[in-house]
Amino acid sequence: MVIVNGEPKEAAGMTVLELLSSMQLKPERTAVMIGDEILSKPDYGKVLTDGETVEIIGFVGGG
Amino acid sequence: MSDKLIIGGHEFSSRFILGSGKFDLDLINAAVEHAGAEIVTLALRRVNSFSGNILEHIPAGVTLLPNTSGARTAEEAYKIARLAREAGCGEFIKIEVIHDSKYLLPDNYETAKACEMLAKDGFIPLPYMYPDLNAARDMVNAGAAAIMPLAAPIGSNQGLATKQFIRILIEEIDLPIIVDAGIGKPSQACEAMEMGAAAIMANTAIATAGNIVEMAKAFKHAIIAGRTAYLAGTGRVLDKASASSPLTGFIRE
Repeated sequence: MVIVNGEPKEAAGMTVLELLSSMQLKPERTAVMIGDEILSKPDYGKVLTDGETVEIIGFVGGG
Repeated sequence: MSDKLIIGGHEFSSRFILGSGKFDLDLINAAVEHAGAEIVTLALRRVNSFSGNILEHIPAGVTLLPNTSGARTAEEAYKIARLAREAGCGEFIKIEVIHDSKYLLPDNYETAKACEMLAKDGFIPLPYMYPDLNAARDMVNAGAAAIMPLAAPIGSNQGLATKQFIRILIEEIDLPIIVDAGIGKPSQACEAMEMGAAAIMANTAIATAGNIVEMAKAFKHAIIAGRTAYLAGTGRVLDKASASSPLTGFIRE
């Protein structure tokens, strides 16, 4: 299990790019954190492992 | 006449910064177009699925100004800014550091610290702040590209509650003063511009208006009117009357 945005998800073994694709998110307009670290774009091929915490951040309306 | 708003070396013709919160996605495009806005603010949050990408509803060529809303400390603001940059939003960042949920008042001390961290990392920081001259000076020294004092609490539509203190910032600070938060009506935006504000940032006033597109237009015209009046120099104020028609040649006999 990988914790994605606070929810457990069957994502171990997937790359970050595959996870984003499964969520229908565009990598170029998304930011990803693994644990406390911001993942840079060239590292989106990283394979997620069991127990990791992933945050997927994008833009929403705001003032 | 060339009258540009310059922030961090970037030139803008419009002095109306529009927030994108509280809108139906379908209405944002029209609101931005009719506002004539060249800068639009955004927030960053967790996204879980494709529920409508706001970026597709903002006209091309508009400068995106992500905010650090949700940050309670300078460190959190810095992290959100880095996430915004990673998500392809460029170097502009509106610093918002708030840990008061009732009035949503910004923490000027943490905001100044965030300003320094962000400026050192190549960002163009625009701090949202409570209009205090000393804090504004700290933010200038920390590398702010503009100062964004609040007119009234966020989303309150109360108008220029802090008017006299914003006036002090306009007098004393050499960076653009962008009045942010609390402006509820075009007349209030016009008043702030007349006294020399460099720009107005508004969101709720438009998003909660009866007709969003018409209100976006009204704000646009009010901001232009206020700016033009400021550049023209407003007329003097007297205690007594001063006749506008000649006081000679009366038709009596």
